[in-house]
Amino acid sequence: MTKSNFTRRGVLKTGAGASAGLAMPMFFTASSAAAYTNEPKGGTVTLGFNVPQTGPYADEGNDELLAQQLAVEHLNGEGDGGCLNTFTSKALKGNGILGKKVTFVSGDTQTKSDAARASAKSMIEKDGAIMVNGGSSSGVAVAVQGLCQDAGIIFMVGLSHSNDTTGKDRKANGFRHFFNAYQSGAALAPVLAKEMGADRRAYHLTADYTWGWTQEESIVASTEAMGWETVNTVKTPLASTDFSSYIAPVINAGADVLVLNHYGGNMVNSLTNAVQFGLLDKVVNGKDFQIVVPLYSELMAAGAGENIKGVLGSMNWNWQLQDEGTKAFVKSFGEKYGKPPSNSAQTCYAQVLLYADACERAGTFNPCGVAEALEGFEFDGLGNGKTLYRAEDHQCFKDVLVVRGTQNPTNQYDTLEIVEVTPVEQVTYAPNHPMFGGDEASLGTCNPGA
Amino acid sequence: MFGLNKKDGTLFLIVIAMTLLAPFIFNPFPTDSAMAQFNAGYPDLLQRFVIFGIFAIGFNILFGLTGYLSFGHAAFLGVGSYAAVWIFKLFTYNVVPAIIFAVIVAAIFSVLIGFISLRRSGIYFSILTLAFAQMSFALAYSVLSNPRFNLTNGETGLQVYDADPQMFHHEGLPGMPHLFGLPMRATHEMTLGGWAFNFNVGYYFSGLFMLLAFYLAIRIFRSPFGMMLRAIKSNNTRMTYTGLNAKPYTLAAFVVSGMYAGLAGGLLAAMDPLAGAERMFWTASGEVVLMTILGGAGTLIGPVLGAGLIKYMENIVSKINDNVLHQWFSFMPDGLEDVMVTLIHPFVGKGWNLTLGMIFVLVVIFLPGGLVEGGQRIARLFRGKKAREAEKSTQSNPAE
Repeated sequence: MTKSNFTRRGVLKTGAGASAGLAMPMFFTASSAAAYTNEPKGGTVTLGFNVPQTGPYADEGNDELLAQQLAVEHLNGEGDGGCLNTFTSKALKGNGILGKKVTFVSGDTQTKSDAARASAKSMIEKDGAIMVNGGSSSGVAVAVQGLCQDAGIIFMVGLSHSNDTTGKDRKANGFRHFFNAYQSGAALAPVLAKEMGADRRAYHLTADYTWGWTQEESIVASTEAMGWETVNTVKTPLASTDFSSYIAPVINAGADVLVLNHYGGNMVNSLTNAVQFGLLDKVVNGKDFQIVVPLYSELMAAGAGENIKGVLGSMNWNWQLQDEGTKAFVKSFGEKYGKPPSNSAQTCYAQVLLYADACERAGTFNPCGVAEALEGFEFDGLGNGKTLYRAEDHQCFKDVLVVRGTQNPTNQYDTLEIVEVTPVEQVTYAPNHPMFGGDEASLGTCNPGA
Repeated sequence: MFGLNKKDGTLFLIVIAMTLLAPFIFNPFPTDSAMAQFNAGYPDLLQRFVIFGIFAIGFNILFGLTGYLSFGHAAFLGVGSYAAVWIFKLFTYNVVPAIIFAVIVAAIFSVLIGFISLRRSGIYFSILTLAFAQMSFALAYSVLSNPRFNLTNGETGLQVYDADPQMFHHEGLPGMPHLFGLPMRATHEMTLGGWAFNFNVGYYFSGLFMLLAFYLAIRIFRSPFGMMLRAIKSNNTRMTYTGLNAKPYTLAAFVVSGMYAGLAGGLLAAMDPLAGAERMFWTASGEVVLMTILGGAGTLIGPVLGAGLIKYMENIVSKINDNVLHQWFSFMPDGLEDVMVTLIHPFVGKGWNLTLGMIFVLVVIFLPGGLVEGGQRIARLFRGKKAREAEKSTQSNPAE
């Protein structure tokens, strides 16, 4: 570490340092010589990709993994470079990160907090991963984010839409590129008012857990601000596969819009039930009945098939965007895997590049340096337009897409069409917004481990 | 020794030795070698081995001895974890009160569930326990996590926040679970040549509990109480006809095994202060059944082996991705390499469940007594060979 100099002062100093080193317990496997957890020593640096490969979100997880592998290739200068060519920050040279070749380890979160933490720990303790990226579901994201904070490594959040991830559970070592429930509501409400009128009566079916509640709260707040009335909000148990009993009362309640705060298989089933009941053909209060799915994904759209035609929702990103970043990413993803990427794949890809770029700009892998480089970072060229990584809560602020199920699909991937790109100003909120933990929420201090 | 007969004493000594030396045993490959992928000697997994070992030992006291197949044992594990985290939140990060409270809460919970479920036996008992466990899961996941009364923190899992009271926590104590100031996460790393071995406080702490649990299980197995439980398994009706009320015995076994699960849950929380509802999901209950059957139901060491194998598959095999496969077979010509990767791909990484399933099927068909029976057969084979050789050497060969 330091050269020993045999003056009295030098010996005393060394002694004090050594005893402090001995007294401090070593967390995880960081050796005492390292300045931070898992400081890369050799010619390579290891990233940890922690995604659901089994369980309800396995499709999304595997798509994320493909995108992350692609990002590693691009960082190492293989392939066509993808978004490295369009990214506004030019710190990345295609020679790895800080001259070290990028390798990765992958793990299976099984969409369970426990399994996700076990898998992340094995990456940190055994494989020496310097950061963890990915994950579907907010519960997992919050759990892994807490772990990475304690371990002293950076966590780049994958698909997590709950307000809590960068709200009351925000952490100094965690960063989220994906948008959140509040932004969905803020983006959707004006479009809904424009398309359906400002005097609608909405009925909510909500998955009965944290994410469902925060999304319902966000959508109710932003639609009521537009003049809508909320007739009823009904919680549906998680394991439901048949929602018919929840659909029947919707019409009787005098509602003319149904909001489905469901995700994944739940949404596919509830939407299918609603369409089978003929809700979309009904006319209530003199208006055509409408269905809204606030959070869309390509995989859900594919699962629901015909039923999503004309149904409105919001997304973080879509492969049909026409900016340079999107085109570059879709091209290299498509050429390698033969299909367009989903929006969860894009967010994970962007997160890997953002992390690598922050390391380059900070000139270190030290989580505190990287966090500082990411905080307040403005960039463009990764597909979402001009984006800001806000320092106060580590949330990305960028345009949000409002999309609609395609009426006349031209191919099997053409499931959603973009209705509007909601500008970032409209989805920006104060860091101490009450839905995000209010004044109590704090990032804490950055932890480099060791 | 310890009031055990020679055979049990030897087994116990072997288990003690294995627990102490586990950081060496599970890290047989140098860190930089290609085989390091198979190393399992890192703190988190070692902790899981012993904690799920405790869980399975406890389950085996109920299932192995009385034959009552509980399909909801994960509920007690989850309840134990929640209890421990609440102690962390309200009082202190010291793990001792947390673990004691976890065991007590699990005991109370298992008395309640056991009292009702044990009114039936066989498949009805299994279904009742499954129903209770799923009910607990639903309660924890959504009902008890509403903003007005947040007992479990739902999907995110119960965790300790800076704003929590932690009445007995003060400056100078680590901000993580500790044993009177010694953090559970503290690890000493020893490097020997290319090898690295991790000695983790949490592991040895849980390991101590595993040894205690194992010792207690041996004593129960060999006690008159254990004999009574076996009698219930072999013929419950006859027991009843002899005028004996079997219910208190089964309830006692149920509660003991519930407490074991609570201990495991408390330890899990002590290693990592987060309790999630999916710990109580029915798949978690199914897992412990698999562990016990895979290792050998009704044997002493079996459940521990089964727990180890399943956790190993879950954590090691699931991490082998195509990238790793390509590295392994990179010595082969390109075409052959791809073929090998394609062949092995479905069984590793996300296919770890498939491999586990196949092993389970093979064990159930060919080794009904589980891994323990496999070990016995191998031992018999060697002993048999030795015996035969001994016989051979005494035979005189006739001269040509």
